[in-house]
Amino acid sequence: MRSVDTNLITENIKMLLLNASYNIGDKTLNILKESCENENNQVSKSVLQQIIKNDEIAFNEQIPMCQDTGMAVIFLEIGQDVNLTGKNLNDAVNEGVRQAYDEGYLRKSVVDDPLFDRKNTKDNTPAIIHTEIVSGDKIKITVAPKGFGSENMSAIKMLKPSDGVEGVKNFILDTVKNAGPNPCPPIVVGVGIGGTFEKCAYLAKKALSREIKEHNKSEKYAELEKEMLDEINKLNIGPAGFGGNTTALSVHIEYFPTHIAGLPVAVNICCHAYRHDSIIF
Amino acid sequence: MEIKLSLPLNDEVIEKLHAGDNVLLTGYIYTGRDAAHKRLCELLINGEDLPFDIQNETIYYVGPAPAKPNYVIGPAGPTTSYRMDAYTLPLLKKGLKGMIGKGLRSKEVIEGMKLYKAVYFGAIGGAAALISKSIKSKEIICYEDLGTEAVQKLYVEDFPAIVVIDSYGKSLYDR
Repeated sequence: MRSVDTNLITENIKMLLLNASYNIGDKTLNILKESCENENNQVSKSVLQQIIKNDEIAFNEQIPMCQDTGMAVIFLEIGQDVNLTGKNLNDAVNEGVRQAYDEGYLRKSVVDDPLFDRKNTKDNTPAIIHTEIVSGDKIKITVAPKGFGSENMSAIKMLKPSDGVEGVKNFILDTVKNAGPNPCPPIVVGVGIGGTFEKCAYLAKKALSREIKEHNKSEKYAELEKEMLDEINKLNIGPAGFGGNTTALSVHIEYFPTHIAGLPVAVNICCHAYRHDSIIF
Repeated sequence: MEIKLSLPLNDEVIEKLHAGDNVLLTGYIYTGRDAAHKRLCELLINGEDLPFDIQNETIYYVGPAPAKPNYVIGPAGPTTSYRMDAYTLPLLKKGLKGMIGKGLRSKEVIEGMKLYKAVYFGAIGGAAALISKSIKSKEIICYEDLGTEAVQKLYVEDFPAIVVIDSYGKSLYDR
């Protein structure tokens, strides 16, 4: 057994959230630059230039690239040979969120009761925490602060097995089409296929924590990712919705076994501020 | 080519604006998003006065991030406008002339914009750090308890936007 004080988790959550909010990362920035060069529509090209400039300002000045610094989505993979000491794990995560949003000038965007009072919690807690127990004695933390302009455009559908590959493709395309200019394109599309109702939504979210343009290890799913990216970029939604061939930067699909009667599909959309960061310790 | 516009707007200026025009806005605008719109509309339903005169004014759908020391304001890009659709008609009727946001609007809002002569500008979603550079001052007008959703009066200089829906109902998103 390896002992880890949960204070260390607090510190890392804070550090990762700040870095994710200020620093888009070279991979996404380079893909934005590439897209800008290949964009045919002049208005949309100028939109992409402004997005690139924005992300450079955010990094240079260490300020958030977007005012919607999101709800803090946290994925924890904890080795079963780790003995956590100190305060409760979830409290430690939320403390990291509190410190990041308070000390890092990030926007507090969480309300306590979704329906009746909708009172801002003033520290952006609680986080959405997904914990998985894995082999070994390491801890992996991935943070993916999620803005709601794009979250609101996400959708889930319980398809029939007979709907097949075409049904899945149509649902992905329809979801992106219906979202139109709303989710701040160019977007990254996370898709979950299979499992149960809640599992496929989780898979779609998990797909958005992957490195941009990193394909599924399964060749069939990787092919589907490439095909969907091409199809989405033919929709002529474009950067900011002003038209053009850059509607999505990347499509990520995750899958899981499902029931003989089902084919659940979830599409989780992320804006061009594709923010995530992770650490293993 | 960008059109330089001084705020507040008036009918004569609005009539000359067309979907697709690039504009640079200079003058005062008010911030307002979901929770503030709900409160403003509740006042109107109860026949009460709004906390500020909305005649000819422009509302920016935004909830800025906190300002770092020595900054006027934190990053402040547009939020998605359709969530304000349910509250927009009563404000247009009261004289609201300009809205800045991103994304689609309802048919009802577009009809209202034609009827009351108003214009919907789009700012680039997610270009919040860049946009914040054109905001020169801020002052809280009301609803401070709402945090980022409080109504603030901003002075903007050459704020970059594009006419997305004009007063004739034509939309840049229609293709």
